[in-house]
Amino acid sequence: MTQTLRFIAQALLYVPFMVLIGYFSTEPAYRHLDPGEALVRLSLSHAGSRVSECRQRTPEELAKMPPNMRAPLDCPRERLPVTVELEMDGVLVYRIVSAPSGLRRDLASTVYWRRVVSAGAHRFTVRLKDKREGDFNYVKEIAVTLDPGRVLVIDFNPGQGGFIFRL
Amino acid sequence: MSGAVQRAISRPAAAAHASGGASARAWRAIERAFDRVFQAAENPWRHLGALAFFFFWIVAASGIYLYVFFDTSVEGAFRSVESMTNEQWYAGGIMRSLHRYASDAFVVAVALHLLKELVAGRFAGFRWFSWVSGVPLLWLTLASGIGGYWLVWDRLAQFVAVATAEWFDVLPLFGESLIRNFLTPEAVSDRFFTLLIFLHIGIPLALLAGMFIHIQRVNHADVAPARALGWGTFAALLVLSCVRPAVSQDPADLASAPQAIGFDWFYLAFYPLVYAWSAEAVWILAGTVTLGLLLLPFVARRARAPVARVDLANCNGCARCFADCPYAAIEMHARSGARRGQKMPVIIPGLCASCGICTGACPSSTPFRSNRWLATGIDMPQQPINAVREELERKLPSLRADRRIIAFGCDQGADLRRLEEKGVGALSLMCIGMLPPAFVEYALRHGADGVLIAACRDGECAYRLGGDWLKQRLAGVREPHLRRSVPRDRMAVVSAGAGEEASLRGALSGFRDRLAAMPRNEPRRSSRDKLARGLAWREKAEHP
Repeated sequence: MTQTLRFIAQALLYVPFMVLIGYFSTEPAYRHLDPGEALVRLSLSHAGSRVSECRQRTPEELAKMPPNMRAPLDCPRERLPVTVELEMDGVLVYRIVSAPSGLRRDLASTVYWRRVVSAGAHRFTVRLKDKREGDFNYVKEIAVTLDPGRVLVIDFNPGQGGFIFRL
Repeated sequence: MSGAVQRAISRPAAAAHASGGASARAWRAIERAFDRVFQAAENPWRHLGALAFFFFWIVAASGIYLYVFFDTSVEGAFRSVESMTNEQWYAGGIMRSLHRYASDAFVVAVALHLLKELVAGRFAGFRWFSWVSGVPLLWLTLASGIGGYWLVWDRLAQFVAVATAEWFDVLPLFGESLIRNFLTPEAVSDRFFTLLIFLHIGIPLALLAGMFIHIQRVNHADVAPARALGWGTFAALLVLSCVRPAVSQDPADLASAPQAIGFDWFYLAFYPLVYAWSAEAVWILAGTVTLGLLLLPFVARRARAPVARVDLANCNGCARCFADCPYAAIEMHARSGARRGQKMPVIIPGLCASCGICTGACPSSTPFRSNRWLATGIDMPQQPINAVREELERKLPSLRADRRIIAFGCDQGADLRRLEEKGVGALSLMCIGMLPPAFVEYALRHGADGVLIAACRDGECAYRLGGDWLKQRLAGVREPHLRRSVPRDRMAVVSAGAGEEASLRGALSGFRDRLAAMPRNEPRRSSRDKLARGLAWREKAEHP
């Protein structure tokens, strides 16, 4: 094969290389959501109550402790698990009992759940319990209309009254 | 070895001439087809590692340019990339496209490089380190590229950020969910982009360090493609950048989820699996593949071939073996009890490929030495150089033909045994680089009319450099040289890889015709002849 022919053949062989790189760099498109779909995300990070109540230390106990560590209350580090339920259109779609994180189970419980739903009107009820006894101590209900591609985020912040719906 | 009676450890000839499985043969067929157009030195299939390095440098150079104009803030990230793409399309736009496409080409080169070594079975034994050190590079490659997509902060970046967080959140590594950083538009801060750019520079630097480690046990590593190949691939990427410039998608908006996304399948192919299967399933897949690749060299462990042995009595410390070893298996150490500054080779058994190239490099491997037992400075127990000389001396007088040809070949290349006929004596070596050039002269002086040397195809040497070194030695540009007085017209070097016996036969036929047009080569005396005569006389005296 002559030098000229080789160069021409080489140039031609670079074309499939360019096509390969150029095409798969963006194509085919990945369809993450169908046109009539929306997304619901439930995400929270919340520490449950302590496994037992704090106890007042006696003066004798405090006296035995180093001066810089004389905290009047003795609180257990371990937290209770957090229970979360989510109903969509009257149907329970998610329930979790989330254990506290941390080696000593003294950190927040984290919850994350996502679901692709059909766009349109939906009613959501979300409940959270972070105590040992009793029923759910945080409950919120909302009716929303989700546009296609929209993301409904359900967050939780006890300082802001509990559940927060962001749309 | 000196003085000791040494027998050649039998070499598994069938295994030596195994040309690999169907996949290895298919790969070779592709390489050979491309050889016709590119020639071996410029054939991209033969220089995938070098191309990966080359693409890395393109990515690095274009990345430095982009970094100058990149704004590390939530609003500024997308805006600055858009500005580069549109307002200075002739510079920033081209650089961005080169950055993207060279990164993709890097993945292609790396994936093919891995596949090539896998099908060729080059991952176990002395190669385990190169293989194992390459596995983390796959993760670093993905992390480098994926981090780059985040920086654009468009819809694809949003998808990748969220999907990565959702993928990582199933691991019990982080106290807080990563996904909480991407729940709402307000959750993303400017500091996040500072962290991202830090990672996008740091991880590729770690990748580069890993690539450096990856080639540590390879001497004369192929880290730069031939000029024509480099310019060719660069031009291809440049043309692609002009014809189809990389552009951003819509700006990220965490309040909505991207629906159809233009996707870079080279880096992101596994992300859809996170949603089609589950994040846990993708971790299991990734972990299994990674672990499988890491364990492969140890699972596929084969019995080690004997490694090279140094015979200090025949070594002058010239360091030619050290210079020629393809796998850095030889170190030069100070020689105790010798004159100051004199060194000696020390074999590192774990790195030795048992190729014998060092024997071919040793000046003591000349067959003209009159010792009854040809001991050389560095030798292979399974095919000592003395056994090669003995075989040659046995074959030379047995050739019965008008033109007598000695053919030296390689166990890894075309099977020489199929050539053997009345006028042809074939000697197969572990690697053609094991052949000391003096053997050519020796064969010619002892009655051969011609010497045919069958090397593997260029770029196909199982030990990387055997063919190159031999050709350089024959051409007189690498020690030990073939002496100038040796008639070059009585010698032919043929490239014939595994399975190319027919082409080798054709070359032999042509060589025989060439020799037929020349006068017969008469044997000439050498110091070895004196020894032979002496031995014959003693034999006669002892056994009249």
